[in-house]
This record gives sequence, C-alpha cells and structure tokens, in this order.
Amino acid sequence: MLASPTPLHIPDGFLSITVSLLFWVVTIAVLSVAVRRTESVDEKQVPLMGIMAAFIFAAQMINFPVAGGTSGHLLGGALAAIVLGPWAGMLVMTAVIGVQGLLLQDGGLLVMGANLLNMGLLTSAIGFGLYRSTQGRQRKLKLGVAGFAAWLSVMAGALATSLQLWLSGTARLDIVLPAMLGIHAVIGIGETLITVAALAFIFRTRPDLLEQTEGPARGGRGWIVVGALISLAVLILSPLASTDPDGLERVASDLGFLSQGTEAPFKILSNYSFPILGEGALSTIVAGLIGILVVAAIVILITRSRKTQPH
Amino acid sequence: MHANVFDRYHDGSSLLHHLAPTVKVVVAVLFILSNALLPDGDWLSFGISWGVILLLNLLAQLGLGFTFKRSFIVLPFTMAAITALFSLPGETLAVWDFGPWHLVATDLGLVRFLSIVVRSWLSVQIAILLVATTQFPDLIHALEHLRLPRMLITVIAFLYRYLFVLTDEVMRLLRARQARSAVLPGQRGGGGILWRAQTAGNMVGQLFVRSYERSDRIFNAMLSRGYQGHIRTFNRHEVIARDWLIMALAIFLFSILQLFAHL
Repeated sequence: MLASPTPLHIPDGFLSITVSLLFWVVTIAVLSVAVRRTESVDEKQVPLMGIMAAFIFAAQMINFPVAGGTSGHLLGGALAAIVLGPWAGMLVMTAVIGVQGLLLQDGGLLVMGANLLNMGLLTSAIGFGLYRSTQGRQRKLKLGVAGFAAWLSVMAGALATSLQLWLSGTARLDIVLPAMLGIHAVIGIGETLITVAALAFIFRTRPDLLEQTEGPARGGRGWIVVGALISLAVLILSPLASTDPDGLERVASDLGFLSQGTEAPFKILSNYSFPILGEGALSTIVAGLIGILVVAAIVILITRSRKTQPH
Repeated sequence: MHANVFDRYHDGSSLLHHLAPTVKVVVAVLFILSNALLPDGDWLSFGISWGVILLLNLLAQLGLGFTFKRSFIVLPFTMAAITALFSLPGETLAVWDFGPWHLVATDLGLVRFLSIVVRSWLSVQIAILLVATTQFPDLIHALEHLRLPRMLITVIAFLYRYLFVLTDEVMRLLRARQARSAVLPGQRGGGGILWRAQTAGNMVGQLFVRSYERSDRIFNAMLSRGYQGHIRTFNRHEVIARDWLIMALAIFLFSILQLFAHL
C-alpha cells in the first residue's frame, strides 16, 4: 500500500560525491529563492503548503491497474506547481521527497539534492511554465497543455537521473538513457492521464482554486520562458543522447576517465558537448526538427495568449 | 489497515535513542559520505563499516539483523547500475550482443558494480537505523538546528502531521472504489485504461479539494489556538557533553577508516 518507488528515487551510493554536491548546490540555490519568494506572500500559505505536501504524498498512493499487474500512479510535481504556483510547488515537492528519503529511505540523503532537482524542481518548472502559457485560453487547451507538461516533467526527471548516473560513472549512457526514457515515456502517460483528470475534476467542482494561480503574484511570464527552455532541452537532448551511435564509444572512454580523477566532471562536460556540434548527423537533424516544431508551437501559444490579454 | 505504517520509530531507551537528534543526523550523513569516499573494491573497509552498523544495531537493542532485513529497498535501483559492469576497460569476463549494444563485462566493471551496490546498501542501513531510533518530530527539530529554513521545516512538520490523516482519506477513497468495482467470475471488469485513469484522476481531484478545504479549517483552528510558528516536542534538544563526545568519536573513526583505505 506504500507509494511504490518509481525508478527515479536515487539511493545513496549511486552518485559520485562530486555529482552529489554539485546538484546539492544547484538545488539549494533554487530553493533559497523559492523560500524567499513564498515567505512574503501570506501566513496562510505555509499551512496550505504543508497540507498540499501531505496531499501529494497521499495522492501518490492512488493507483490504477494498467496491464499485467503493473499500475500507474502520480509523481505530482507538475500538478502541484499548476495548482499552487511554481515556487510553492517546488517547496511542496521538496517536503514530499525529503520525507520519503528521510523516513522511508525512498531515495538517499547525500544524493537528495539530485533527487529534489529531478522530481521536484524540474517537474514544477515545466508544469507551471507550460501551463502558464495557456493563461486566458480555453479550458480544453489548458488541460491539453497540462497533460503534455505532466508527461514531459516525468521525462525530464528520467533524463536528469540518467545523466547524473552517467556523470557519476555508475551507468553507461547509451544503455541507461534509452531504458530510463523508454520506461518513463510509459509511466509519463499515467502521469498525464491522472493530472488531466484531476485538473478537470477541480475545474468542475472548485474552479476558484485554480484561478488563484493565475494572478501575477504566483509566477509571471518569465516562467513561460523557463518552462519552454527546460522542455526544449529535454526534447532535444533525449533523442540526441540516446540515438547517437558515435557517442557510444566516447561514453565508454569517458567513463574510464571518470573512475580515475577528480577533474572528471569537467572533462565529461566538454566531451559531452560534441554530439550537439554534430557527429551523428541524422539524430541532430531529427532533434533539430523536433526542437523547431516545439519552439514554433510555444511561440504561437505565447503570442496568442498575449493577444487575448490586453495590458 | 491504518496509515501508521509510516511510523518507523521503535521505542527504546538505549544510548542511541537518547542521543541528540542533531548529532545522529550529522553522524549518519558522515557515515554515508565515508562510504562514498571509500575506493572501489576495498572490501575490508566496507566490511568494517558493516561491522559498525551491526554494532549499532545491538547498541540500539533492535537485534543484530534489524537494518539488514529492511535494507532490500535499494535492490530495484541496482538495475540502473548494472551497466557499470560494461563501462570500464579491463580483463574481459563475458561478452553479450544484445540488440544494438555490444556488452563487454570486465573485472573492473564487476568490482565497480559491486562497490556501488555495497555502498548504497550500507548507506540505506544507517538511514534505517536513524529513523528507527529517532522520533520523526525530533528529526524535524534536528533539521531546524541544522539551519534549514524555518518555513521549509514548518511545511515538513505539517506534511508529517497530516500525512496520516490524508492517507486515511486515500484509503477510504480506495475502499469506496473497490466496493463499487464488482467483477463477475471469469469476466473482465473495470473498463479500459482511459476510464480507469479517469477514475484515479477524479479521486486525486477529490482528495485535492478535501485537502484544500481541510487546510482552511486547520488555519482557522491554528489562529484560535495561538499557534506560534513551530511544532513542539517534550524531548530535550540541547547538545550535551556526551553527544559531542560521541560525534567526535564517530568523526575520529571515519577519519581512521579513510586514512587506511587511501594509504
């Protein structure tokens, strides 16, 4: 009956110290902004976030049978950010992931920075950013975009997890990335279905709760850019890194570097940039096309929503 | 079934139970750090670390195998690390061709894979021990002493306080769904996946609305009772000489272990 562990909660020991600390630094930087931004809102916000954290924790237990004994359930980052706003969503997910790690050992302590980023910060940013771009639009479009954002948020978590494992020298990128992305492309569909249905339910019963997030106080236009950029990164990086056959040999040799020296992270990052410059021509073209389509779609969405909102 | 399955605390009056929570958190994190710093394949040091855990198990009067029995939670994740087998150059142990992948398992890869699994397995045991000997509200206070932002602490405290309430709520929802989902023997029931997902989504939405309305009531109740911003506990929180001593001892031991491992 416990929330079944999704393969995103990294336990201790799977990430190198450099990678663990690096992601702690990033996560703490983002969270400290989140705390400052949320503290100033109003005092009612804190108990609300606490209850909402308990809600996400409990909602992760609601599952539905998919096929062959497996079941889908919620991760909740996108949903939390959509109903509470991006900063509050991040803090709520931080509390959830923190308690899961500390109390249930679902995810490690030293690696928690990475877990928070993968499942809390990225999911909230994508969820809210894409949803924010539909402000003032029709409900159907909102639900559609929210559903896509939910799916993409799970993929972002899977991508980040794979990259961290790879940077730590724990896994081979050419195997772990397609495997993680493949599994989570399916898990993400469950996330989409539940998120959309839950939002539709809230629209029907308490639309006033969702309208509160639409005020500029919760998160401005900047979030559309942040959400779009992260989404783009996920959509471009995933096919590039998982289909580039030339990367295969490089990865193996990179991992050789990793086990030897402390300077490894920098070497890895500089080596990693080569696929983007284009050795695997086909994958670059495919990824580029996807990227252009996504940019175009997002630009159209943003310009349309601006038209409907005179300022 | 009641939701107190989340409570991992085992009541006791051992030294470990009485140690200041802040010190326990610091030592547990240091232990995990120490594991991460041990070089691959240093089985002796890993063994000593496990010995320390077994000793602590006894000290906490939980029984020798307490943390071991609960440590298999990390097993599913080792699937992700299994590719470490094929990631290092070295003497070839086995070769598989699996779809587009040419997999060469090497002895160095094997050592790396086993080291990762052992590290995570040791680390999870200390975390299990930490929550088994510390009440969660005390852990929350420890985080406060470790200078986590007050607001985040309060959110976590609320999460823990209402986790049980909302889990009961979920169980009522699940029971209601089950009660309405009769299946005739030999026939497939339950509709399509989309329909099932929609039902689950409605339940999540229902839970959200109930939680949101509950948080309104809670806030009003808090105001009327003069809530001052943090949750109290009767347990002491000052760090006394004994706590400092034990922390110093732990740091000393970890340093010795690292020193020998890297010489």
